Amino acid sequence: MDATARQIEVRPSPRDRRLARYAAAAIAASLVEAAIPSPLPGVKPGLANIIILLVLSRHGWRDAAWVNALRVVAASLLAGQFLAPGFFLSACGALCSLAVLGALSTVPSRWLGPVGLSVAAAFAHMSGQLLLARLWLVPHDGLFNLAPVFFAAALLFGVVNGVVAARLLRDNGA
Amino acid sequence: MNGVKPGDWLMVAAGLALTLWTAALQWGKPSPTVAQVRLDGRIVAELPLVGRHRIEIDGALAAQGGPTVIEVDAGRARIARDPGPRQYCVHQGWLNRAGSVAVCAPSHLTLQLVGPGSDQDTVAF
Repeated sequence: MDATARQIEVRPSPRDRRLARYAAAAIAASLVEAAIPSPLPGVKPGLANIIILLVLSRHGWRDAAWVNALRVVAASLLAGQFLAPGFFLSACGALCSLAVLGALSTVPSRWLGPVGLSVAAAFAHMSGQLLLARLWLVPHDGLFNLAPVFFAAALLFGVVNGVVAARLLRDNGA
Repeated sequence: MNGVKPGDWLMVAAGLALTLWTAALQWGKPSPTVAQVRLDGRIVAELPLVGRHRIEIDGALAAQGGPTVIEVDAGRARIARDPGPRQYCVHQGWLNRAGSVAVCAPSHLTLQLVGPGSDQDTVAF
């Protein structure tokens, strides 16, 4: 029997390597901002979304979805938050923002650029998180009292991340 | 910025509108008029939020720790005393928004401010 000697070989395609590179950058961005103290849980800059926007613009929605999914799982594993409430909030926000990005990426880029996509994704992310938190973690409408604060943060960081992504795309090629 | 497209402005405007709308809903709430006190879910006292007065109510812990004291002071109300071990409802301090609630769970007692046309009439935990 030579079964013990058999090796499984994984040949990563160029696309795999590319996804891994982007995912590594997105994971690093997530971890960096996990270290930034936040006045409210859920209010974060969402720096990883800059990477997601780059991937969306350069390689399309499927790649952006892969990178975001890898980021959510790997960043939560590294931060020790895997399957903790924060992981599900993050995953729900990522799903909502990917859904909105998917719908909006059919809009021609001469009408809608990274800034608009970023703002829409930020609001989708916040709304998804807020709804899941309301349904599951804090079953009281008092949570919605914080909605203006969450949305103001989404607007601010959505614009900033979108401008950063737009500049990166302009300077380093789309 | 040369890279900003019409749709970008539209998204920013929509985001700003949503933020301002939720903020307006928040701050546009009518001021509360009545404080409702519930014991085991049933209303045991309704205090109009005018003037200054206090009432004592015997909650579930009254036999061991004495009554729960509720104070009203022109538009706001608070639990001034409660025999509960952790004092969460006392530390919550003055309530002054319609819909806000202080829960003294060990005493089976809640204090809730109600505004005109308030559609919320139960709290479940």
